[in-house]
Amino acid sequence: MRKVITGNHTVSYAAKITRSEVVAAYPITPQTQVVEKISSFCADGEMDAIFIKVESEHSACAACIGASAAGARAFTATSSQGLALMHEMLHWAANARTPIVIANINRAMGPPWSIWTDQNDSLSQRDTGWIHYYCEGNQDVLDSIIQAFKVSETVSVPSLVILDAFFLSHTSEPVDLRDQKLVDKFLPKYEAKWKLDPKDPHTYGGLTGPDRYYELRYNLQKDFLRVEKVMDKVHQEFKELFGREYGRVEPFMADDAEILLVVSGTISSTAKQAVVDAREAGLKLGSLKIRVFRPFPFDLVKKYLKGKKAIAVIDRNYSFGGEGIFYSEVKSAMYDEPHLPIYSYIAGLGGRDVAVKDILAIANLAKEGKCDHPTWWGVKL
Amino acid sequence: MRPSHLVGGKTMKTTIPKEELVYSGHLACQGCGATLAMRYTLKALGQNTVYSVPACCWSVIDGPFPYTSLQIPLFHTAFETAASMASGIQAGFAIRGKGDINVVAWAGDGGTVDIGIQALSGMVERGDNVLYICYDNEAYMNTGIQRSGSTPVGAWTTTTPPPHFKKSPKKDMVAIMVAHHIPYTATGNIAYPEDWIKKVNKAKEIVGPKYLQILASCPPGWKHSSEISIEVVRLATSTRKWPLYEVENGNYKFTRMTRKFVPVSEFLKLQGRFRHLTEEEIDVIQLLVEEHWADLCAKAGIENQFADKLEGYTEKVKKHHPQWFHIEED
Repeated sequence: MRKVITGNHTVSYAAKITRSEVVAAYPITPQTQVVEKISSFCADGEMDAIFIKVESEHSACAACIGASAAGARAFTATSSQGLALMHEMLHWAANARTPIVIANINRAMGPPWSIWTDQNDSLSQRDTGWIHYYCEGNQDVLDSIIQAFKVSETVSVPSLVILDAFFLSHTSEPVDLRDQKLVDKFLPKYEAKWKLDPKDPHTYGGLTGPDRYYELRYNLQKDFLRVEKVMDKVHQEFKELFGREYGRVEPFMADDAEILLVVSGTISSTAKQAVVDAREAGLKLGSLKIRVFRPFPFDLVKKYLKGKKAIAVIDRNYSFGGEGIFYSEVKSAMYDEPHLPIYSYIAGLGGRDVAVKDILAIANLAKEGKCDHPTWWGVKL
Repeated sequence: MRPSHLVGGKTMKTTIPKEELVYSGHLACQGCGATLAMRYTLKALGQNTVYSVPACCWSVIDGPFPYTSLQIPLFHTAFETAASMASGIQAGFAIRGKGDINVVAWAGDGGTVDIGIQALSGMVERGDNVLYICYDNEAYMNTGIQRSGSTPVGAWTTTTPPPHFKKSPKKDMVAIMVAHHIPYTATGNIAYPEDWIKKVNKAKEIVGPKYLQILASCPPGWKHSSEISIEVVRLATSTRKWPLYEVENGNYKFTRMTRKFVPVSEFLKLQGRFRHLTEEEIDVIQLLVEEHWADLCAKAGIENQFADKLEGYTEKVKKHHPQWFHIEED
């Protein structure tokens, strides 16, 4: 069934179609419509789930962890300050190996108050031990949530599915909502590998000394190394069942490109238009969307960036006192290619529009080797 | 169990179930009240129980990984999430048709009245089917005796060293729960296990949120020797400093009535944490006891037999310590 819906309602439908059993959520702009729709799904009996209307995002995340530990599929959605408030529990979820999925609407952190898109909220959660998906469109949002549950439940690592405030959350697009039977086939009822059970009592998360803690974290990373293979398999299975292709990265006219843009989120689709326009103007431009940020696709970034004349990384985020966060990761991936110029451009913080003309201008700067490491594109000084 | 002939051929009959769900080998200090609280609680709840435990003494008492001293599943969680984690666990069970499992949030006083109060308030307001139990040892004991919102007036802690001892009164969590229209809330004391087990049993049968708070002595934190742990907390109730009562759908009822006046100094003098207090300061504490007692009597609709004490101590304190009526913490 195809339906024209906003990114927010896509998230709600994703919760329904994945048969999430416990949803614990707290409202925050621009995520509110997600929880409103899930509330009505639950109230109308369209969704067989318990919706815990918690008093904070911290509790939302805790309740999801609890539900997952009890053996149920748990889901929530949040944004910005809400995700920041969850931070402690994000670590808890990953370290407790509870495969919950959270949709986060990228929104700038205050102060000053801003409700517009920016990646600093989710990128601040980089090291919490979660899988991170960055979405380009509403169909991507739906499919990523379906896939995220499958991957998370296979490796016992939680997933964050991230979409841009307003550019996706409040933008309507046609979305194929999938056939429930097919989704059920792809994502069967959750069978926990371990769960709280009075008939088989265990203690979880008890005090662990230096003699054992280290190995537990090693095991988490070991499973993260499995994630890429699991994802590639899940993408293949998804393609066979639903006919739509996904990868950890998405190249666009990248193979023969001389200048390659590295982008994420909704900037990716704007970049595609810029690539088409640039090609018409005679510039061999291409783009690479980073869809999965954790585990970082080092292998694929290497593959697509190798041999290019210049790389332009566009970051809608910043690590203060450091650099653009995707830029750091890309440089790290290309450590073995010391002669490849990689330029850093910051753009669109706090929801500032990044138009095709901006991306074309950035591409031309990269072509000419002009970059202030980084260049804060369009900053009014 | 010891055969009866070894203890003189007679055993005392109690209503306390024999089943033990707390094993020996746990890591509690000698004379730990929190461990007795756990033991009695699990005797009442039985095996079909799951615990959500935030940072507190019980994060340690249960034993280091991979050991455990409990015969029920325990999920350790972050400091402020005993209630929210329990709500999630309960929902996870309920959606899978296992709503009959007793889901218990088991937290210390700091995790309850301070950092966990928001999640607890949310859980109770929503009406989630969770039994929340606060074992109250009146300070952050696990981290080394720092004051909490549940530390009583006059107490020494490592963050309230005399003369800057705790000047503000203990948070009245039961009253806060009553203000949430909670179906059932009660106080308990490890020195009165039968009273406690009755309350846990009652709470277990109620579908909805329940809040119980059990006073649990802490020899290292209260500064008394471990063998008088029970004596000390028993005095908390017989001096009326920690009355035993329950509130069912807003109706207050004493579960243990005190007729004889025992001055609060009897309770205080056994503990090093109160040793710096002067007689006049102890009068202030006595006054707080009388005020709380009078308030409870009024709520329970019974006559206050100690009304003369309230009057007497009010006059006394006003005379010697007028500043106590404008309490400020240094």
